Amino acid sequence: MLGQMPAERLFFKAEEQWEKDNIDLKIDEEIISIDAVNKSIKSKTGNQYEYDKLIIATGSKVRHLPAQGAQLSGVHYLKTIKDSDDLGAELDNAKNLVIIGAGYIGLEVAACAQKKGLNVTIIEAAPRILARVASPELSQFYENVHESAGVKILTQSGVAKINGAQKVESVTLGDGTNIDADVVLIGIGIIPNDEIAKSAGIICNNGIDVDENAKTSNPDIYACGDCANRMVDLYGQRMRLESVHNAIEQAKLAAANIMGQNAPKLDVPWFWSDQYDLKLQIAGLAIGATKTIIRGDMAARKFALFHIDDENRILAIDAINSPPEFLVGKNLIAARAKIAPHILQDTNISVKELANHAQN
Amino acid sequence: MAKITFIQHNGKSQDIEATNGGTVMEAATKHNVPGIDADCGGACACATCHVYVDDAWLSKLNPMGSMEESMLDFADNVQPNSRLSCQIVVTEDLDGLVVTVPESQF
Repeated sequence: MLGQMPAERLFFKAEEQWEKDNIDLKIDEEIISIDAVNKSIKSKTGNQYEYDKLIIATGSKVRHLPAQGAQLSGVHYLKTIKDSDDLGAELDNAKNLVIIGAGYIGLEVAACAQKKGLNVTIIEAAPRILARVASPELSQFYENVHESAGVKILTQSGVAKINGAQKVESVTLGDGTNIDADVVLIGIGIIPNDEIAKSAGIICNNGIDVDENAKTSNPDIYACGDCANRMVDLYGQRMRLESVHNAIEQAKLAAANIMGQNAPKLDVPWFWSDQYDLKLQIAGLAIGATKTIIRGDMAARKFALFHIDDENRILAIDAINSPPEFLVGKNLIAARAKIAPHILQDTNISVKELANHAQN
Repeated sequence: MAKITFIQHNGKSQDIEATNGGTVMEAATKHNVPGIDADCGGACACATCHVYVDDAWLSKLNPMGSMEESMLDFADNVQPNSRLSCQIVVTEDLDGLVVTVPESQF
């Protein structure tokens, strides 16, 4: 979006590589149905393909804002390279950007737009930013970062409507406040693309249910990535993990199972976000955490938050400009290590030594 | 373009034509070099694109940034010639570069 990365560098594979690997890639071929009995799929253009094993990796779609004016020109969602190019181009000629939704998409775009010199306002329905994905301490830190960069953040605020003749001109909040906007970005989450699985009789609950091998309720059909709802043993519950790491890991699980190979070793779920000069790396999920320990200096923007339970077990780590804490932390979480708070926060004890202080 | 040779821990090697301005990691993933997953897509956030650089080439690479240094300090099986391939920018000067993929990445 900042124009620093040519689009061709973003593609996963070189075009000629698909052919070299004997993979028949069908672009612009939308599959509309699965015949699970006869093991075949059908495309919109009428083509039929037979399968022995099928992988559904349909991803997700953006959640639309059900507000008047959301279809106006200048109102954007962000999912594809084209979305990013379109939004980036408009930001170059805009003054006021309103972002609806304070998740990672909204915050990362806010940081980009701030760099481009726009007035940025973020509107969030929840009481804090990143409410769905981050701890209160982390939310507060990022709120301060954005506000000190000049971004306006309005929490506990709903959008009543988006105004404009053809092009967006302003956004009206639930309390009647009007905010000028020549560009609006809506980033309020994603919805799994599980319709095709549902209509084939595959069990779906907030995405396509899969087992530890990425297999669906049909033994010949697998699902991976945003569209799949998997069991995460470390936290004892099913969830959809919206992350690159999850998509790659599930792909490996499915491929190994189909090929009759041993499943790869699982990694702790992890996420990252780059905003301003801050590299955030998150390992684990703070599900069941009762305490948060700060290691490092928040004011110096170099610290890690350790989320632990009542037994001092490390469940999740948010590392800001602190790769060592992130990398070591991933191993501590996987080992279900318990480390006392006074050890975790003592920076005289090196990160490498932390594991030596684990309790039984 | 620069020709880069990727050697696997089992000795198998692959020659890839890499595009100038891209990274060594991108050349590897675009051509399916095994063991270079690059989960984070080049954000220097995951250390899954770790390679050993042939000693003759080390001084010709762009220098390490503090984030890469910090990540490598804590990655698995690090050696003095370790680099994260997502941080090595391809130039004409790197034509002939040889890197090895660590066994621990399989």
